[in-house]
Amino acid sequence: MRKSPANNMMLQTAMRYITIIVFAFSFYLFFAGHNSPGGGFIGGLMTASAFLILYLAFDKKIMKKVIPFDFTVLIGIGLLFGVGTGIASMLFDYPFLTQFFDYFPIPFFGDVELTTALSFDLGVYLVVVGAAMSIILVIAGDDE
Amino acid sequence: MEIVMSIVIGIVFAISVYLLLSRNLIRVILGTLTISHGVHLLLITMSELQRGAPPLLNIGEENFTDPLPQALVLTAIVIAFGVTSMLLVMGYRTYKEHNTEDLDQLRGSADE
Amino acid sequence: MTLLHWATISPFLLAIFIPLLYKYFRKIHTGWFVLILPLVLFIYYLNYLPVTRDGGTVMEYVPWVPSLGINIDLYVDGLSLLFALLITGIGVLVVLYSIYYLADKKERLNNFYVYLLLFMGAMLGVVLSDNLIVLYVFWEATSISSALLISYWFHREKSIYGAQKSMFITVFGGLSMLGGFSLIYVMTGTFSIREIIANVDLVTASSLFIPAMLLVLLGAFTKSAQFPFHIWLPDAMEAPTPVSAYLHSATMVKAGIYLVARVTPIFGGGAAWFWIITLAGLTTLIWGSLQAVRQKDLKSILAFSTVSQLGMIMSLLGAGSAAYYFNDGDNLLYTTAILAAVFHLINHATFKGSLFMAAGIVDHQTGTRDIRKLGGLMTFMPITATISLFGLAAMAGIPPLNGFLSKELFFTGMVQASQYGIFNLDTWGMFLPIIAWIASIFTFLYCAIIFFKTFRGKLQLEKLNVSKVREAPFGMLISPIILITLVIVFGLFPNILAYSIIDPAMQSILPGILSVGERFEVNITHWHGFNLELWMTLGVFLIGILLYRTMNRWSKLGFYRSEQDIFNYVYDQGYDGLIKGSQVITRAQITGRLRDYFVYMCVFMVLLIFYTMFKYDGFMLSTDNLSPIEPYMWLVLIAFVASIVAVPFINNRMTAIIVTGAAGYLVAIMFTIFRAPDLALTQLLIETVSVILFMLVFVHLPKLKKDKIKPSTKIVNLIVSVSVGVMMTLVSISAFAFGSETGFSSIREYFIENSKALAGGYNIVNVILVDFRGLDTMLEILVLAIAALGVISFIKLRLKEGEDV
Repeated sequence: MRKSPANNMMLQTAMRYITIIVFAFSFYLFFAGHNSPGGGFIGGLMTASAFLILYLAFDKKIMKKVIPFDFTVLIGIGLLFGVGTGIASMLFDYPFLTQFFDYFPIPFFGDVELTTALSFDLGVYLVVVGAAMSIILVIAGDDE
Repeated sequence: MEIVMSIVIGIVFAISVYLLLSRNLIRVILGTLTISHGVHLLLITMSELQRGAPPLLNIGEENFTDPLPQALVLTAIVIAFGVTSMLLVMGYRTYKEHNTEDLDQLRGSADE
Repeated sequence: MTLLHWATISPFLLAIFIPLLYKYFRKIHTGWFVLILPLVLFIYYLNYLPVTRDGGTVMEYVPWVPSLGINIDLYVDGLSLLFALLITGIGVLVVLYSIYYLADKKERLNNFYVYLLLFMGAMLGVVLSDNLIVLYVFWEATSISSALLISYWFHREKSIYGAQKSMFITVFGGLSMLGGFSLIYVMTGTFSIREIIANVDLVTASSLFIPAMLLVLLGAFTKSAQFPFHIWLPDAMEAPTPVSAYLHSATMVKAGIYLVARVTPIFGGGAAWFWIITLAGLTTLIWGSLQAVRQKDLKSILAFSTVSQLGMIMSLLGAGSAAYYFNDGDNLLYTTAILAAVFHLINHATFKGSLFMAAGIVDHQTGTRDIRKLGGLMTFMPITATISLFGLAAMAGIPPLNGFLSKELFFTGMVQASQYGIFNLDTWGMFLPIIAWIASIFTFLYCAIIFFKTFRGKLQLEKLNVSKVREAPFGMLISPIILITLVIVFGLFPNILAYSIIDPAMQSILPGILSVGERFEVNITHWHGFNLELWMTLGVFLIGILLYRTMNRWSKLGFYRSEQDIFNYVYDQGYDGLIKGSQVITRAQITGRLRDYFVYMCVFMVLLIFYTMFKYDGFMLSTDNLSPIEPYMWLVLIAFVASIVAVPFINNRMTAIIVTGAAGYLVAIMFTIFRAPDLALTQLLIETVSVILFMLVFVHLPKLKKDKIKPSTKIVNLIVSVSVGVMMTLVSISAFAFGSETGFSSIREYFIENSKALAGGYNIVNVILVDFRGLDTMLEILVLAIAALGVISFIKLRLKEGEDV
């Protein structure tokens, strides 16, 4: 990662497809979390690994262009989601962090369960991605 | 199984404590990593191993293993990751600043 | 929040704005803004006078922590109103005086008035709160704010010493008092003083009665500077004089008196209470007056005189508590001591306040307080001299001033107490009036010394730091003049206080003595006929004058030459010893080696758990109900154990990462076997990320070397780590056996049943994480976020070359 293997054609080509699969799987894990193994933690870690694969395959400078935002921002956004979900329930006179769910008929998907827990889990997801990525990137970037 | 696991946990703790008592900063970091394995396994062992299915309601089973320790351990794993990485970076920075990984040399002055 | 609450906390609220007022109104002395508040409060509290005069009380409730019985309930009765009036009334005069005393532009007035207001608010809180815990909080607030006031001129070493000493002693007392309050709670189940008094039987019957009483008294005695805790008060004289006048005449030191008076209905009536308080008071009285005679500094004399006067009030409260013992119709006869205590409390506030202010004026105008340098000031400062004359005469007990009346009552109370015939008083009781009488002689003597050495004799201008002595500005004189007027008015017409102030206060100290509608007979007169008290007073005057006349002779004695109080030596030695002792312990224990700390923790934990296990026969082994082990599981377990055991022997960074990584992945496999798919996934991913992290960092770290440890240390390390391992195994086996043998049921059923119904999710683990225990998860991601930020700041924020923390 520090000295990027910029000319490793094989790796880069393979990684392009692999990351797409890993990303897709991580989103699946995240959304499926409520009903089958997965959730914010696992999805977040999977996404982080997908990013890490990309960083391994490509140069850091290229990655900087592809992903222009700072991963630390994700931590803040994630915490806001977590706390915001909690406070939202307070606005309706329920105790902090009361979660709700209901089923909504959505065309094409049929009855879909929507829960406030999902937005909370999204917060977890973002914090995990942000924390894992920023820890690793900041260490990797520390060249003295 | 539970008794065997208890012995395994004991071994993990003994080795981790031995690592933590070491003079070498890197071994101390490795010790924190292994001791968290011991804690996670201990929590899981306490919840009666292998009784019932995984705690997923939609797989058509009647009996489930205890989901609560699993939730606790899941939290613990992630926290342990945070702690380990923090400690790792602390050790790394300490080494860079003082150029030694020997904890006896990192003692500071006698009056502190 | 009622008006009473707002009034009580208003000093705190004003204190917030003082820095702003100081900053934006530099032209106006900040004191003028402050002056308004105590004045308004004084008038406000006067409104309660008709209520308490008719025997009524006011209680206002505001819940704070209702589940623990801690509520900010304010209670106004005769006693608390008397103190509230003293605090605000003297407060007005002190603030007015301070405006002229601290007229120098360089004074940091913002600090001074913030501290003063904090103190005022805390004192009001102490005397008005009905809840013991709230009282305690305010009590400590007075300790802190008074220490701040004493150290106001913090560049003087003595100020810091005095502040530290007062804080040390009063906070020590405060903590003991908290212990006493907790014991009271244990006995009665309430913190409310009203309710405790209503259930006083629970206290008197309890075996905790004596410990609770002693602890509470420790708080009161330290605050009120009772022997041998009096040593902080003379050192507190380093404070600016307005502070001394405020703290040591009317407020801070009277808090202890207030507390004793307040809890008299709870603890009073027994021999222990009677003797402890009376003896502590009398010892303080005589010790303080003796010390005062030796002092050469005006304020030190006044300080020791305050100590001795406080002892007097304290001893009266002790003697008066006997009224509870005689629970029949005549007990009204025994209340003279309480009457004297309340009356002298007011009198002391008036004359001591004026005397402190007069001493401050002398200091301000001449630049010294040393009586060996002063003299002959009467011609130059006639008003100050007159003020001092009346104040000192009142303190010495010369008729017709108020001090005379309360001193007569003091004698009456002591003589009466010696004749009670209870608590072994028939044998020892005669000493009470004798000690009181001797102490009064010394009181007379130091009063004479102050007046004649300061205002009479020859002016020694060459010893003073000023070129010319003149009378103080008029504004500075207003406050002492008002106080001296009160001294004279109360002296001539004592009964104007009788039914409005004294009687209600007595009713609160001695509730239950009177039947409904009755009143205490408060009739203070100057002339009682030719009785014992009169002869005692005359004796005091005679011997006092004689001693002053012969002062030239006895002043050469060692007793007079040295001023040092022996208890100061004890305190200083003890203080040094404390610091040295803690240093020795700290040095022995804090070695700076991570290993040593970890050994302490492990050894303590192992000993504690083995002891508990042994003591309660905690080890259990149950072989039924175990889950089976499939052969492939052995494979996983052995691989896992092998990789863990290998770690300490590895001397290669890369191998270490690979082996620990393998152990992590094997844990993930174990999670799969144990039916925990979520855990397995998490562990797998975490391990991957961790391995990457380790690789990144280990590149920069040095090669692993073999530990160079002494063999003895190595053996200790081995013993400690093996015993921790054995302990964990035993705990784990026992806990499992306990669970399966006792049929201990987990709370899992709740989650299994309600996961779908309440949270709409099939994955129970995830539902627990995001819904049932959502708060835990939220805090967890917070921890993760903090860890990430910590890592970033470790790497990104660093000191530049040569920069130091």
